[in-house]
Amino acid sequence: MYVRPKPPSDDKRFKQLMREMKRHGYARNSLIEVLHSAQEAFGYLEDEVMKFVALSLQLPLSKVYGVATFYSFFTLKPQGKHTCVVCTGTACYIKGADRIMESIENEYGIKDGDTTEDDELSLLSARCFGSCNLAPMAIIDGEVAGYLDEDKTLKWLKGVLYV
Amino acid sequence: MSEMKTIHSLEELEELAEVLREEQKSKSRITVCTGVACSSLGSEELAKELSEESKNLENCEVKKVGCKGLCALGVLVEDDKNMYHSLKKDDAKNLLAMMEGTQESSEYILSKDIPFYSKQKKIVLENAGYIDPDSLDDYIAADGYKALFSAISDMERSEVIDEIKKSGLRGRGGGGYPTGLKWSTVEKAIGDQKYVICNADEGDPGAFMDRSVMEADPHRVIEGMAIAAYAVGANKGYLYIRAEYPLAVKRIKLAIKRAEKFGLLGENICGSGFSLKLDVRLGAGAFVCGEETALLSSIEGKRGTPTPRPPYPAESGLWGKPTLINNVETYANIAPIIRNGGDWYAKIGTESSKGTKVFALTGQIKNSGMIEVPMGITLEQIIFEIGGGMALGREFKAVQTGGPSGGCIPRDHLNLEVDYENLKSVGSMMGSGGMIVMDESSKMVEVAKFFMEFCMSESCGKCVPCRVGTVQMYEILKKISKKDGTRKDLALLEELCDVVRNTSLCGLGQSAPNPVVSTLRFFKEEYENLLVESRCHISISKEA
Amino acid sequence: MATKQVKTLKIDGMDISSIQGSSILEVAREHDIYIPTLCFVEGLCAVGSCRLCLVEIEGSGKLLPACTTQIYEGMSVITNSEKLLKYRQMILSLMFAERNHTCAVCVSNGHCDLQAMLQILHMDHIKVPYMFPRLKVDATHDRFVMDHNRCILCSACVRVCDEIEGAHTKDIEGRGIKSNIITDFAQNWGDASSCTTCGKCVQVCPTGALSEKGKAVSEQLKRRSFVSYLKSMREDVL
Ligand SMILES: Cc1cc2nc3c(=O)[nH]c(=O)nc-3n(C[C@H](O)[C@H](O)[C@H](O)COP(=O)(O)O)c2cc1C
Ligand code: SF4
Ligand code: SF4
Ligand code: FES
Repeated sequence: MYVRPKPPSDDKRFKQLMREMKRHGYARNSLIEVLHSAQEAFGYLEDEVMKFVALSLQLPLSKVYGVATFYSFFTLKPQGKHTCVVCTGTACYIKGADRIMESIENEYGIKDGDTTEDDELSLLSARCFGSCNLAPMAIIDGEVAGYLDEDKTLKWLKGVLYV
Repeated sequence: MSEMKTIHSLEELEELAEVLREEQKSKSRITVCTGVACSSLGSEELAKELSEESKNLENCEVKKVGCKGLCALGVLVEDDKNMYHSLKKDDAKNLLAMMEGTQESSEYILSKDIPFYSKQKKIVLENAGYIDPDSLDDYIAADGYKALFSAISDMERSEVIDEIKKSGLRGRGGGGYPTGLKWSTVEKAIGDQKYVICNADEGDPGAFMDRSVMEADPHRVIEGMAIAAYAVGANKGYLYIRAEYPLAVKRIKLAIKRAEKFGLLGENICGSGFSLKLDVRLGAGAFVCGEETALLSSIEGKRGTPTPRPPYPAESGLWGKPTLINNVETYANIAPIIRNGGDWYAKIGTESSKGTKVFALTGQIKNSGMIEVPMGITLEQIIFEIGGGMALGREFKAVQTGGPSGGCIPRDHLNLEVDYENLKSVGSMMGSGGMIVMDESSKMVEVAKFFMEFCMSESCGKCVPCRVGTVQMYEILKKISKKDGTRKDLALLEELCDVVRNTSLCGLGQSAPNPVVSTLRFFKEEYENLLVESRCHISISKEA
Repeated sequence: MATKQVKTLKIDGMDISSIQGSSILEVAREHDIYIPTLCFVEGLCAVGSCRLCLVEIEGSGKLLPACTTQIYEGMSVITNSEKLLKYRQMILSLMFAERNHTCAVCVSNGHCDLQAMLQILHMDHIKVPYMFPRLKVDATHDRFVMDHNRCILCSACVRVCDEIEGAHTKDIEGRGIKSNIITDFAQNWGDASSCTTCGKCVQVCPTGALSEKGKAVSEQLKRRSFVSYLKSMREDVL
């Protein structure tokens, strides 16, 4: 019988992840669900975590890596303390999402997908949260910020960063 | 609810509904919109305050409900008499005073006679904004699960399918494939195991109808799926929901749990031997997974790449088994059709497109929000009557429908009657229902570039024309918009549109050129004005 | 086992009958009708990704890939037309433009399926601008080299590694234009512990993307018949 691997460390989150896999009966087709839980627990998909998942679900490493990099919801890089996800869907675009993105990029010297060097802020973009009425909008640390313009965005960020 | 037990028959269900309705009638109800837009304006806080403040009022109940539609005028609150708008989170005391008539309220009252409401026709959204999405009681009181129980106890499977065929309902996920026909193909397909799947990936940027339906009335989607499962002979189903919609996921999961608890889902429903197990699967940020074969790969835990059709999922779908895939809104139409009959539904709409369609109305328009209109309504009525016309007093230029697979429709076609065929005839498509209104300030080459960038980064990369062709087209559009493009570039762009459309593997690639083709059709001069050649021409003639 | 039904159809006007479940490509090949292919490898699952084998079906506006489309009674297939040639030429152009195919300095010069396709489709130039991406050459494996500059992402290597060898060392990372062939955890091929060094991927690769070390250009001929042989052996066992 296949002996499932032991967690690489006694980090509690691995236990949690194991329970999650068990709940899915270690089914190989639960990979995406398991990666969601892993990202939720660890904040991002660390190599170590993905390898543990691959071994536990008896999936080839290349397959797990292939799946994790196909879906843009998964991130393989650690995130900053704060995150700002700018919506770049159509309605937001029509109302100036590109200018908002640019203003943040200029202010903090990072590009879409990057994190500032001091790990304060990660800048991300997403395709439509279905909140087009608030366009242009962003989600800053999980909170919806709607009807934005450049000033309002930067002010909002100043309110949460470095405090 | 606590004393509620498993419901075994249609009679028990109807009795319960009657009791619940009586109970509701004895109370006055204040409903607070907690849709996305109103929530961000503080409706949750307002609802909490209202509950506190109204505690000692007799027989008054404050309910948090899903989107009431007119997002531009949030926060919206309704009591038995009036709808109130433009409220703030700390308006609870004022509002109660207005409701009691002790405070002037005229500037807060929103008449239901305004075109925004009077021109709409609600079938899918009949409960949205009125019932508490987390309450099974509310749904049952609104005749919920009656259609499922009467289908199971009084109708043969073929009768259910016939009723759907009669209704003329077509898929609301974009393609418009006749729903009844799809059901009967799955029903006829041979297989020991069949699946039903709800496509709730709603990847079209600028569309949020499916989200609102799931958040405002989750049981309706589940009931539709259950009827479908009964009709095609499936006993297992999945709802594939975008991970970007955590609230919808939560509500649907809760709704499944509650429905199971009371015997409306699960084993031996309504004592008939029919069983159905529903599960939620999360998307993970890939637009292509809305395409049905890619969606199947994703549910199977793989990279979401499409596979060539045929075979169609109806014959060989999830794990090779016959599988029915319908959109959220398609399922949301099913219960009312079974309750009122296919003929009733077929009376609404146009010759080829029956019923209503939900649109997410956004962009440079006054009344942005979510609307449901009968098929056959004109674009003009939607934009200028329901939508209240352009915001900021600007001129209308075009309306974009069908998202990245659709096109831009100019003012000459504003009298177009909205249905599947008509939208196609002007180079756009129904799509899932995003409707983005653009004013004179929008540059059409930029719009085409925006959508091409979208398709390029959402291409799964499996087939060559889409993987490489979208990048080539994007580069040309970029060049033209930077005023570096030549007539030759434009010709190449047109050739690429033709090749990518006709040779790509799946709908994403096949429709990726649409925004370019449609803007070239109606706004070609905007492209030509940007071409480099025309400038060269002038400078040469100057020298001569 | 039930005997398979026979279906009759027309290919390029010729009346043909063949067993149900065969693909258009299989039937065409049985009758020596040539249809261009790049991603198809006999014995591996057909994926329909290169799009060169698209054919016209009379009475339907849609083009369908011959490699994945099953025949049906009464269908009439056109494998060659001006329209098809034009589309195939553009698709091949897109393939060439995507990465860096400098044939003159390639190990597969002279026996590359991609290069040969230029002649088959009568092409003397590429119709779209080259994209010139900067890509790596992975020479860390003892015996083989992977040159991403020459890869057309046909996925034959991924399929043979999974379906025939059963190692699943290779897969695809990313999506869209950022798709890329990886070994194990997107690590150097030399460090990929699941690789059995069987070399099947090298044999099925239609271009110079996968090659054997220490062999002269003239020796880089690829052999593929083993794939369908191994597949049929396996089917017998099962
Ligand atoms: C690229 C692409 C994206 C799609 N996205 C969605 C989607 O987000 N939601 C949806 O319901 N259908 C989507 N579809 C359509 C589905 O493939 C499928 O036709 C639909 O779910 C069938 O349901 P219906 O018959 O009820 O419309 C998409 C199709 C393509 C080609
Ligand atoms: S058309 Fe685009 S999304 Fe569809 S299979 Fe081809 S590459 Fe993938
Ligand atoms: S390395 Fe060769 S076989 Fe593998 S995908 Fe690239 S071209 Fe195809
Ligand atoms: S051989 Fe059929 S698509 Fe490549």
